[in-house]
Amino acid sequence: MRVLQIIESAYRATLEEQDDTVLWFTRALRAAGAQADVLLQGSAVSYAVRAQDARGLRVGAWQQVHPPAIAEEIAALIGSGARVAAIKEDLDDRGIAARQLVADVELLGRKSLAGLFGQYAHVWKW
Amino acid sequence: MNDTRCLAFLLMDAPFEQARTATAFRLIDATLRAGIGARVFAYEGAVSLSVTRQKPHANAIHGRTLEEEAHPTPHAWINALADLAREQGVPFDWVNCGLCVDERGADETVPAARRGSPADFWKMAQESINTLVIPTR
Repeated sequence: MRVLQIIESAYRATLEEQDDTVLWFTRALRAAGAQADVLLQGSAVSYAVRAQDARGLRVGAWQQVHPPAIAEEIAALIGSGARVAAIKEDLDDRGIAARQLVADVELLGRKSLAGLFGQYAHVWKW
Repeated sequence: MNDTRCLAFLLMDAPFEQARTATAFRLIDATLRAGIGARVFAYEGAVSLSVTRQKPHANAIHGRTLEEEAHPTPHAWINALADLAREQGVPFDWVNCGLCVDERGADETVPAARRGSPADFWKMAQESINTLVIPTR
C-alpha cells in the first residue's frame, strides 16, 4: 500500500525528535514496511535545501548537541528508496533554485499533482 | 479486529488550544454511532489527551461551582468513546506514541489508552477502510 505524505508546515517542533516530526514519522513507517513517499509544499520546500545549519541553540549552560539536520534527513529518506518531491512553483516563489537542493529531489508542477495523488492508496496531508 | 469495518485517525494536537481536538472527537463519536470501529493514534501533543491528571475546575468568572461548570477534560472523552464503542459493539483502540509520552511525562493515562509506536499506526491504517490525519498547525 503506497502512502504519500504531504508536508507543508516547516520548522515546527523540530526539537521533539531533533528532526521534522513528519519526516521522522515517515522513516518510522518505512521501517515498519510502508511504501511511504514525501511531497514538500509551501514553506516545507525549504527542507530540500542542502545548505542548512541549525547549530547554535544554547539555553544558559545547556547546549543542543544534535540539532535537527533536515537536509540530511531528506537525503537519508531518499537513500532508503523513498521518492521525495517538491512543488516547483513553491520553490520559485521563495527564490530557491534547483541547484541548491539535495540530490534526487524531484521537482513537480502543481498541474501534475492530481496524477501524482492517483498513484497512492493514501494521501496524508500534515 | 480485521473482520469489522473501522476508520483510523491520527491526532497531533494537545488539549484545548485549538478547535481541531473537539472536531476530531466529534468525528470519532460519529464514527462509533454509525456502527463503525475507530482506531486512534495520538502523536506529539495529542498524547496528553489521555492523561488522567487533568482536573476540572470551578469558574468564578461564570459564577459556577465545580459541579455546575462541568469542565470538559479530554481523558473523560476518551473514556466516553470507549464506553460508546462497547455499547455499539464495535472496536475502539487508542494508541499513544510512546516516545511522545516519555518526552512529556504523560504516562498516567486512561485504561483505554495503550503505548505504541508509528508501526502501530501503520497497522491501523492497513486494517482500516480509510485513515484521516488531523495535523497540528
